[in-house]
Order: sequence, then C-alpha cells, then structure tokens
Amino acid sequence: MTDAEAEAFKSEIDSILAYVSAVDALVDKGDLSKAPGPVFNVFREDAVTNDPGSYTRDIVRAFPEKHGDFLKVKKILNPDSTS
Amino acid sequence: MTIKELRDKFISGTSTPIEAYEAARRVISEKDAEVHAYLEVYDDAVTAATDATKAYERGDFVDKPLLGVPIAIKNNILIKGKKVTGGSKILENYMASYDATIIERLEAAGALIVGSTNLDEFAMGSSTENSAFGPTKNPLDLTRVPGGSSGGSAAAVAMCSVPAAIGTDTGGSIRQPASYCGLVGMKPTYGAISRYGLMAMGSSLDQAGTLTNSVADAEVLFGVMAGRDPRDMTTIGPDTYPEVSVKETYKIGVPRDFLKSGIDEDVMQVFEEKLTELRAAGHEIVDIELPLFEAGLASYYIVMPAEVSSNLARYDGIRYGVRQEGRDLLETYLNSRADGFGREAKRRILLGTYVLSSGYFDAYYGKAEAVRAKMRAELGEVFKNVDLVVTPTAPTPAFKIGEKEEPLSMYRQDIFTVPVNLTGVPAISIPMGKVDREGSMLPVGIQFIAPHAGERRLFDIGKRVHDAG
Repeated sequence: MTDAEAEAFKSEIDSILAYVSAVDALVDKGDLSKAPGPVFNVFREDAVTNDPGSYTRDIVRAFPEKHGDFLKVKKILNPDSTS
Repeated sequence: MTIKELRDKFISGTSTPIEAYEAARRVISEKDAEVHAYLEVYDDAVTAATDATKAYERGDFVDKPLLGVPIAIKNNILIKGKKVTGGSKILENYMASYDATIIERLEAAGALIVGSTNLDEFAMGSSTENSAFGPTKNPLDLTRVPGGSSGGSAAAVAMCSVPAAIGTDTGGSIRQPASYCGLVGMKPTYGAISRYGLMAMGSSLDQAGTLTNSVADAEVLFGVMAGRDPRDMTTIGPDTYPEVSVKETYKIGVPRDFLKSGIDEDVMQVFEEKLTELRAAGHEIVDIELPLFEAGLASYYIVMPAEVSSNLARYDGIRYGVRQEGRDLLETYLNSRADGFGREAKRRILLGTYVLSSGYFDAYYGKAEAVRAKMRAELGEVFKNVDLVVTPTAPTPAFKIGEKEEPLSMYRQDIFTVPVNLTGVPAISIPMGKVDREGSMLPVGIQFIAPHAGERRLFDIGKRVHDAG
C-alpha cells in the first residue's frame, strides 16, 4: 500500500466502520454464540483422492520462479547474511 | 435468443452448433471492442462445435440438454488450461490446473464454452468498474455500467453473443446485473451448486448461478449444475431442507417498511404495477415485516470483508500468480500484494483484518454473525405465513460509469440482494419494466425470494410472470 492509498483509506474505512457499527444495537451479548445456519457434519475419510503426481506438471508450471520441479523463494533465515 | 429456441433449431436441423458458434464470434467481433464483456474468447471451442454438429446429425443429443449451446463463463470459475484471472492483476498470467465442478457438469451436458467474461476484481463490486482489465459497459446504454460483479456475463448475454452465461453471487452479483441488463438472474440456495473451482470471496455467501433470457433456461442450467459434490462439503442434497411445493396461486409478502426510502420513485412505481399484475393473476399480496433486513447490509459489510481478508491471503506471489521480488521474503509478499491488488480488494482486506482483530472480534464479527442468525430466524417466521417474498432487485436502474466513487453509495446498490446471501435462501431477478433516464429506457428487475431449496417455486412463478408474457 502506498502512502497516498493509506490516506484515502483512512476516511473511507472510518465511514464504513461507523456504518457497520449499526449491528451493535441489534443483538445482545447473549446471542453471540449462535451459528448463522444449521450445522452438519461434513467430514469424509482422510484419504488421498487423486493419483499421485497427476497435478504436478500444471502446478509447477504456475510457479513464478523455479529450479527444476522446486519452487524458488527468497531466503527466510538470516536474509542479510551471505552464506 | 433462448437456449430452448436454439436447441429446437439444432434438433430440427434449421441451425447447427457450428453456426451458433460462428454467430457468437461474429457478435463478439462486432460489439465487444466497445462493450468489453469478454476477457478471452476461446478459438478451440470450434472443435466442440463441430463435434456437436455431427452429434445432432447422428441423432445423438437426447441426454445432453446443452449440446452445442454457446455459454460464457465468469472469469473467477476455473477452466483447466485456460487463463483465469479473477479480474485481478495478481493472477494475470494464471492458468487453471483443474476444472470447476460446474465446468465439468456443463461440458458433460454438451455446453460450448466460448469465452470468459469480465468481472470486478475477485467479484468485489457492483459495477464491473473494479476489473484490473478495464470496465465493461452496459450494451443497452454504453455510458452506463452493466452492474456487477458478474457484469461481463450479463453484458455477454445482453449484447446477444450467447443465450446464457454463468456468474457468481455473493451479495447480488448475478441479480443486480440481471436487473441492469434486462435479464433473468438466478442465485440458488447456498450449497445447491458446488463451489469447487470457484475463486472464493465470501465462502459462507458465494454461490454460482445463471444469467439468461428466460426463466426456463435458468431452470435447465440449474438442473445441469446443481447437486451434491464430494469436493464441496457444503453442497446440499434433496433431503437437506423440507420440500418447497409448487402451488396454483401464491401468497406473496412485501416488506413495506424496507421499501420506504432509498428507492427511485419510478422504480417503485414499476414495482407497484407488477404487484397489481400479480394480484390480477390470482396471487395474494400481503404486507410483511422484516425489520432486520434493513440492518442486513451492515452485517454483510462485516462478514464479507472478514471472509475476503482470509480468502485473499493465498494470493502472495509465491506459488502462482504475479511475483514482485523484494530484498527478502517479507518484502516480496508486500510488493506482490501492493502491486497485484486493486483498491477495492485492499479496502476489503483492511476492513476484514480489522473486524477480525482480537480486540474487535466480538463487537464486529461476532455481532454480525448473530444478526445473521436472527435474520435467518426472522425470515423463517415470515415463510410460515407467505410462500414468497418480493422486492425490487436494486433501488435504481443502471448508473453512469464513474458515477459512484464513494464506497458506501456503491454498497447500497445491494441492499435488497444481500439479505438473501446472508440467510442462504434462493432468489431470482426478473425484468419488471423500464424507466427513463436521460432518454434511455433502462430495465429494472423484480426479485422473488423463496425458502431454502425453493428453486422449483421460483422457476414456477418466474415462468408465469416472465416467459408466458
């Protein structure tokens, strides 16, 4: 985000937050735990559902940067050290 | 042109899928430079069109209700091997690695997918002005928006390039463009159609649906796409909700208090005329109260950005999409997201992370979800007494491109459509008439809302109100 964006967002987000605060008056604290709809158990067996490797080629192709079939990313540990 | 008319022509031999494909391409090349409904047109659809033409010659079409019918797909629905951008710069080079369930089902029914359509970035907007690839214009008046976020899909049908297009609807993104473009727009029950392969925006609200010229066509497409999917565990089956019957005449509720302010006078007048027609057709029109529905929009603008901020976290430039390198990993994330997301996406991510932050969670998200539960209960009570609820689809006809700069005024376009997503019920927008704006006669829609799994009832009333007339 740029500084100019941040400045514009400040007033926009304030006005949106003021508007959505209307929900506060509509429910009591006691209502807070309610789920919005019926809840069903949707879990399936934890099993592999596709053939190993069937998506590999397409997924590797989408990597922004790669080394063979490996995804290349910036160093995470000690980014300033050269080793 | 409707799917049914086209299908009849294919069966009788007065036209062929290859002719329909060529006609679609002709219309696109004539009109789309100006309208910009499409992000991409698929040349390889010609193969499927040729195959479909041969299949009709052989008489091999009975179990494929969409065989050879050109259809356009909103570009937040994955089609394997095609570029699917979600209207965002952050995915401008992304090729889908699998098909959405609805794409598999449409193709199994023989549909000819001719192109992908423009949308507000990740389906966030009400005008299709938020696309990273430029706005779509309303084919009925090129100075105006087609609505959004499925504006490209609506414009593709309204400019007569295809008889039907698929969209997604999180807060009105099918019904509002249908209203602005004079089409039938259907948002099914949450879970009726698989979301597998749809780019998630608000996961508890998103639902795929249709933009068509007739209600019968919406019904055909719904029949093809709906049903349980093991890859989307929120999909519902025939036994999830009680059956919603079809009747000779319906008792239709009008939430009068909700319609008192904020609607253009002539839109309200057209709506009243439609109610008079419904009454004349034997339906009973009664006033109902839905006091929480007005508050609905406020809770939507908490729940939706909260889900958006979480769903959009996956776009970080690491595994796919556009990466903007920085000095280290953090800067790579920051650069990729700062450069890749447009203003509306950023605004909603900020809002969403704010309302979910630990100090504010109960005050915003917790309360909004509680309001949602109460709205659902309130609507459930109303449906004990009436069969359908009816409102205008949107408070105004299509507005001018660039007219709504301030986010809250844009958000208010969705005031009648949002409660439907928050409560998960199905709704359909049907053209109800036209209003004059600066000499332009612009369509406006009427929205019918049914109880959960009440699609059959919506198609029934819709066919009587729209297709028969």
